[in-house]
Amino acid sequence: MSIILDHISYVYGGDTPLEVRALDDICLQIPDGQFVGIIGHTGSGKSTLVQHMNGLLRATSGHIYFNGEDIYDKDFSMKKLRSKVGLVFQYPEYQLFEIDVLSDVCFGPKNLGFDRKEAELKAFEALRRVGLPMELYYQSPFELSGGQKRRVAIAGVLAMEPEVLILDEPTAGLDPKGRDEILHQIKQLQTETGMTILLVSHSMEDVAEYVDRIVVMNRGRILYDDVPKKVFSHYKELEAIGLAAPQVTYIMHELKNRGFDVDTSATTIEEAAESVKKCLQITAASS
Amino acid sequence: MLRDITIGQYYQTESLIHKMDPRVKLGGTLLYIISLFFFRNFWGYVAAAFFLGLVIRLSHVPFRFMVKGMKSILFLLLITVVFNLFLIPGTELVSFWKLTITVEGVRTAVTMAIRLTLLIIGSSVMTLTTTPNNLTDGMEKMMKPLKVFHVPVHEVAMIMSIALRFIPILMEETDKIMKAQIARGADFESGSLVKRARALVPLLVPLFISAFRRANDLAVAMEARCYRGGDGRTKMKPLVYQRRDRVGYLCILIYLVVSITVGRL
Ligand SMILES: Nc1ncnc2c1ncn2[C@@H]1O[C@H](COP(=O)(O)OP(=O)(O)OP(=O)(O)O)[C@@H](O)[C@H]1O
Ligand SMILES: [Mg+2]
Repeated sequence: MSIILDHISYVYGGDTPLEVRALDDICLQIPDGQFVGIIGHTGSGKSTLVQHMNGLLRATSGHIYFNGEDIYDKDFSMKKLRSKVGLVFQYPEYQLFEIDVLSDVCFGPKNLGFDRKEAELKAFEALRRVGLPMELYYQSPFELSGGQKRRVAIAGVLAMEPEVLILDEPTAGLDPKGRDEILHQIKQLQTETGMTILLVSHSMEDVAEYVDRIVVMNRGRILYDDVPKKVFSHYKELEAIGLAAPQVTYIMHELKNRGFDVDTSATTIEEAAESVKKCLQITAASS
Repeated sequence: MLRDITIGQYYQTESLIHKMDPRVKLGGTLLYIISLFFFRNFWGYVAAAFFLGLVIRLSHVPFRFMVKGMKSILFLLLITVVFNLFLIPGTELVSFWKLTITVEGVRTAVTMAIRLTLLIIGSSVMTLTTTPNNLTDGMEKMMKPLKVFHVPVHEVAMIMSIALRFIPILMEETDKIMKAQIARGADFESGSLVKRARALVPLLVPLFISAFRRANDLAVAMEARCYRGGDGRTKMKPLVYQRRDRVGYLCILIYLVVSITVGRL
């Protein structure tokens, strides 16, 4: 039970002068229940990659297996795939169209063939999960704030109850508080339901705290694919491709350079604080 | 899917034709199209095709790129040919069932097909080698004299260039929204006509909203930069005829004289 990408390449605008090789020989395996962060600089091919996973883009070459089935097989149902792999697009608020929030969230489940009542139940549950205040359920989606719209759009996909949820930059353009809230709710969703989640972002800081694994993309290729600690240890190389490790990584490395025996693989502020405290205690005890 | 339409698209490369003044290309295309309707015999079309081939060679646009654009109007071409073939009265050539093909019909159908093909390729050479901005600049300058009759030339040109600029943006937007709705289980491709029309609502509503939003943003941005119509507005790159443009006009003139003489023998 997993998604496997086998030597996937994708070219935009083949046969024209504007040909762009957006993905170049990508191999990736995503097991069930994992929380994966996909990171890369602007234009590195993240959005292109995730659109392959629910069959919206068809790879120029290579194969994709979902739960052991080749999704490019003639008798494979793309519709079924799309109900299992939910994709929330970058800036999803521009896809809202219904007269009120609840009907918009119902759009997905209705397309899957659920009747009105079941669809509404699923919509309520999804809206609750993304933390949208109850009094907004019957408002026009166009009258909401940017962050609220974003939540509605995410709920629109969640209501389809996918096994795999892919979020393409869900926090782009949100303030730090809104960003933390959304990321927190996503993490909570993952721990409660055991859903597989792919989170696309270009900020390490965003994902470091939440994900089990980080895939770093650069110019259509996978550069690193490892647990956050290991990936961040390449912070110099990451900088070279326009990314940055979380700030604590820099502080810990600098401290180490200045002769403090701290743990440079700390990725969150809590871990870093713990390590610094320990180091200071040891210095105090030995002097 | 929408990206496959190449009519009206610009093909970026370096060539003499690309560098030419848009007025030469506009005027040339117009004269070329008019010339196609003057020929009485086959040789005129040979001359026209030869001239077009030469221009295409000079433009460095691959021929297969142009033909790709032709595919979308193949259907139109086919209908024209079929109607002409069967509906024109005259000397009978063959007849079967209730249909008759006449000598005149065949002749008209063939000339029609050649004429349309040359016309479409001819005008796509212009759009393929001229950026939309350049094209509207050229039009604006050519239509300047109409100002005397209170035709808002500048405004029309501005509206046109904005519209042209928005086509690719809206296409991209359509593509994106379509994908987002497909990801939510929308189905644009199957079902009855009514069902399909209804399926467009989730596409059209966000598209219109985004178009209005963009139009509004653009208007504000233009106003913030003190745009207030064409009066007293100067160009960063004013159109000035060069040597190659004069040569271009001369070539068109030579073509016209030669082809029409040959074509009306
Ligand atoms: N519809 C398209 N047509 C042509 N080229 C495209 C298209 N979409 C993306 N590209 C190109 O493919 C490459 C990868 O784009 P992609 O959108 O996957 O990047 P990304 O990593 O998601 O970037 P961002 O962080 O800005 O969202 C880019 O070089 C881009 O120019
Ligand atoms: Mg993207």
